[in-house]
Amino acid sequence: MEYIVLLFSEIYKILYVLIPVLVSVAMIVWLDRRIWAFVQKRRGPNVVGPFGLFQTLADALKYIFKEIIIPASSNKIIFILAPIVTMTLALVAWAVIPFSEDYVLADINVGILYIFAISSLGVYGIIMGGWASNSKYPFLGSIRSAAQMVSYEVSIGVIIINVLLCVGSLNLSDIVLAQEKIWFVIPLFPMFVIFFISSLAETNRPPFDLPEAEAELVAGYQTEYSGMMYAMFWLGEYANILLMCALGSILFLGGWLAPMDIPLFDIVPPPVWLILKILFLFVLFALIKAIVPRYRYDQLMRLGWKVFLPFSLIWVVLTSGYLLYFDLLPVY
Amino acid sequence: MNIIRIFKTVFLIDFLTGLLIAIKESFKPKKTLNYPFEKGKISPRYRGEHALRRYPNGEERCIACKLCEAVCPAQAITIESTAREDGSRKTTRYDIDMLKCIYCGLCEESCPVDAIVQGPNFEFATHTREELYYNKEKLLENGDRWENVLAANIKADNPYR
Repeated sequence: MEYIVLLFSEIYKILYVLIPVLVSVAMIVWLDRRIWAFVQKRRGPNVVGPFGLFQTLADALKYIFKEIIIPASSNKIIFILAPIVTMTLALVAWAVIPFSEDYVLADINVGILYIFAISSLGVYGIIMGGWASNSKYPFLGSIRSAAQMVSYEVSIGVIIINVLLCVGSLNLSDIVLAQEKIWFVIPLFPMFVIFFISSLAETNRPPFDLPEAEAELVAGYQTEYSGMMYAMFWLGEYANILLMCALGSILFLGGWLAPMDIPLFDIVPPPVWLILKILFLFVLFALIKAIVPRYRYDQLMRLGWKVFLPFSLIWVVLTSGYLLYFDLLPVY
Repeated sequence: MNIIRIFKTVFLIDFLTGLLIAIKESFKPKKTLNYPFEKGKISPRYRGEHALRRYPNGEERCIACKLCEAVCPAQAITIESTAREDGSRKTTRYDIDMLKCIYCGLCEESCPVDAIVQGPNFEFATHTREELYYNKEKLLENGDRWENVLAANIKADNPYR
């Protein structure tokens, strides 16, 4: 009996995080399209619901009723598994994101490593999709995607080391609490910029959307997918973008902390601050999608390996040297 | 590669300028129409959905001369006619296959009595093909519905004919 109660309370807690995330993914797709349209002086989706807010739900409904086509020459099991893997991994990572001091699903001590591991696994969904489709465009797209995500993960890892040096803990709540005096975006500003650009590459957003470059590769690894399976790829992608925004705001923008320690800001509940920061980063994501042209593949690789990696490595040396010299290293 | 260019690359100057322009542009008035709720201006000569017109006393204009049937390059028009008791010649059948029609406007051009005209309506999409085989009733009904606009358009276009 006790076990069942525990089980249900856990499921309740999971749904308490998962449903807001899924709803905000739907809203964020709308926001993305809307901002994109506004920059180009179009109106964007504005008919379904107030300001077109329910457009994504209407789209999802359409995808549900569409036929799922499985190519005859595809590897059927892996073909079906790929979107499931992508979406599950994108949602699983939300378990460790702290929305406030006590509102976190799994307060594990290696939270940042967990997120890093899960987002690395995210490549598998794309590779599986591209390989199982047994068609040239998905295959090329998934190869590109694998190379791209692996290269930028390296620099993201090194950037995270910078933050961890200042915190002394891998727990995400501790990382946020360490920013009570000053957000890490101020002392580590160059790292924040590089982290932001790398997360663009990590989530296959323009200008690094080479895996699905429609001019060359039709739709990359999604080419053979249709109906709900395509929608799951698409949901997983946006959940990933949201996750990277959340990670950026936790690592650099002080997570759920208010910008200043004044009584007025204490009225606002902490999760709202986190949501506002995530929204700010996402708006930047969307604006960048509207203004930049796509990188060439060799430029992408050059940026990742020859610019970001050495730069963030040098910064690790600088940060650790500074902390050691002034005896600021955190001790736990 | 000179110093200014390195400075620009490192500090993302061009990128930030672009971002600023994007933010500024997004608050400017929209260039697109909010289509189903507001529509663009249509010329009086616009060749949209067909209509058969009547005289103000309710008599059909069409005299079954079959010029439109003859001139139609897509052969979309089919006309059958008989003489009435009062000796006037009227159509018993006037069908337009809207799927064959290429909306060239030659029927309207050839009509000596301005009976068949192409109106300003372009929103007549249907769910089935059958609904697009227009017969005389449908065309006359169109004429009755759009008569005000059609008369105004013919008048406006008259000096250029």
